[in-house]
Amino acid sequence: MAQFTTLTSHAVPLPAENVDTDQIIPARFLKVTDKNGLGDSLFCDWRYLEDGSDNPEFVLNEAASQGAQILIAGNNFGSGSSREHAPWALVGWGFRAIISTGFADIFKSNSLKNGLLPVEVSSDVYKALLEAVQLDRSTKITIDLPTQSVTGLDGLEATFPIDAFSKHCLLEGLDQLAYLLSFDGQITNYEQERT
Amino acid sequence: MEPRTLFQKVWDEHVVVQEPDRPAVLYIDLQLIHEVTSPQAFTGLRERGLEVRRPDKTIATMDHSTPTLPKSLWVIDDQAKAQLGQLERNCADFGVELFALGDSRNGIVHVIGPERGFTQPGKTIVCGDSHTSTHGAFGALAFGIGTSEVEHVLATQCLLQRKPKTLEVRVDGQLMPGVTAKDIILALCAQIGTGGGTGHVIEFTGSAIRDLDMEGRMTVCNMSIEAGARAGMIAPDETTFEYLKGRERAPRGADWDAAVERWNGLRTDEGATFDKTVLIDANKLEPMITYGTNPGMGMHVGESMPTTDSFDDPSQRAAFEKAMAYMDLQPGEPLLGQRIDVVFIGSCTNSRIGDLRMAAGVFSGRKVADGVRTLVVPGSHDIKKQAESEGLDQIFKEAGAEWREPGCSMCIAMNGDNLEPGQYAVSTSNRNFEGRQGKGGRTFLASPLTAAAAAITGEVTDPRSLLLS
Repeated sequence: MAQFTTLTSHAVPLPAENVDTDQIIPARFLKVTDKNGLGDSLFCDWRYLEDGSDNPEFVLNEAASQGAQILIAGNNFGSGSSREHAPWALVGWGFRAIISTGFADIFKSNSLKNGLLPVEVSSDVYKALLEAVQLDRSTKITIDLPTQSVTGLDGLEATFPIDAFSKHCLLEGLDQLAYLLSFDGQITNYEQERT
Repeated sequence: MEPRTLFQKVWDEHVVVQEPDRPAVLYIDLQLIHEVTSPQAFTGLRERGLEVRRPDKTIATMDHSTPTLPKSLWVIDDQAKAQLGQLERNCADFGVELFALGDSRNGIVHVIGPERGFTQPGKTIVCGDSHTSTHGAFGALAFGIGTSEVEHVLATQCLLQRKPKTLEVRVDGQLMPGVTAKDIILALCAQIGTGGGTGHVIEFTGSAIRDLDMEGRMTVCNMSIEAGARAGMIAPDETTFEYLKGRERAPRGADWDAAVERWNGLRTDEGATFDKTVLIDANKLEPMITYGTNPGMGMHVGESMPTTDSFDDPSQRAAFEKAMAYMDLQPGEPLLGQRIDVVFIGSCTNSRIGDLRMAAGVFSGRKVADGVRTLVVPGSHDIKKQAESEGLDQIFKEAGAEWREPGCSMCIAMNGDNLEPGQYAVSTSNRNFEGRQGKGGRTFLASPLTAAAAAITGEVTDPRSLLLS
């Protein structure tokens, strides 16, 4: 898994609430057998017009969005299906962090396993960051994982929660399966005791 | 010992290791696999040179992209075909039991698990599918996981989990005729919203839940995820044991008696507390329908849709306006009488024999309205056979509905069964997200009764008007 320490980037504002994983990547793109190449299908039905050309109205297609690594999204981001294709598509496009007031459980868990940091902030902080970014799309936001802080313009600074284990894995770029495999002996004992 | 909730009991039983400041290592008793969310997990195993630790605790089916046209093995495209082929190879290489397309035991993953008796009280059950919450109807702790976690469970039979909070949803009272399990769960989604249960495992309690049969309980637990909850659970009782007894993979003989004794302890102790409680009065429930683009945007079928002014919060107002624009509906108007194009009866929410019987009761002696396409898709081959032995297929066909092969079908629209842009559907499935049932399609979620009633009249209808006549 890609390491995550500190990230400074401009951001893409997507203030819609309850963005579900069917919007992040529609089911018709789930027939793949690997994780790569899904960035092109990210937000597909909002992003492209009928003829397949870019929808100029959609924020991801704006020039100011290009190269952004942070998405600012409305509450309950990633609700719905458990498809890990959603974080794969977000990472595939180039995002490394999402700022919101809340994330759906499975999406959050999937993101943390793919080096995509869910940054949960209060609604005041969310609004301030969103407004700053909407006013000036070149606004840079810094997300610092060691101090669990997010910093915007004008000294705006807030902390965000993350569990100690996920933080450790992101900082070191560790994948969780290696950690799980280290319990092989205990798992075997557990299995023997139960049978 | 401190009084414990049902959830706490199942959780405690499965913690292998709990280190400080680390998630628990939680043992998983059963993993269900399907074609869409597993290929990358098996690739991961191969890359690391790992085996499936417990093939005997793993079963696989094909359901998401499988065709539902009778007597045909036509798969929508080469990509889907390749994905199905890969599942077959993965299961063969790693020794996993597969109920493949064409197998008489094939069906939707959350239908065949309970049907074959794999799903049992007290088990931890996972699947790379959010509707795994269905299995909680048996008093199992069952939840959806991502593909990385599918790989974790394949390799170690364990998951790293932080303990969720508990939410009691108490549904007391008695459902009126025409009101079903689906209406209970749609009412909960409308009451607490699609994020209302985030971070929680729901336990459904109360007399109206006790009165439900296992199929109704599965419908309720199935859509726990639509209220944002990780899982939904219902304490096992005689109804549960009655359902399970004699099923192919259920315990037998002395093992059965021992199991029932164990299962009888799986209930929330008196005095145990939940982090939150929500109350629903079953006496006041009516048939529900959604009007918007998430399952929380629901109301009684006879009500008018909210107006923009109903929402104080600007972002909620924006979400409502966006939904109304997508649905091309007028705020403040009723939905009764709204013309519809398609009716879908199926999915892991409502494709079981009881659901089909309910729908058939409405179709019996009636015809589907002109211009309405109606698909009835049983959840498994067993259900299909059962329905045909009862003559339900004849009722559907005589009414003018299409009687299909089992699969996820138009719930997720990966297999070629989909809405056309702009079409309206009343669907017994679980998600009304934009494009969920086909790009540009518009979904009203409802019970099998309400869906069948809409098929007959060609418009959104209170099913009680057809039940009484």
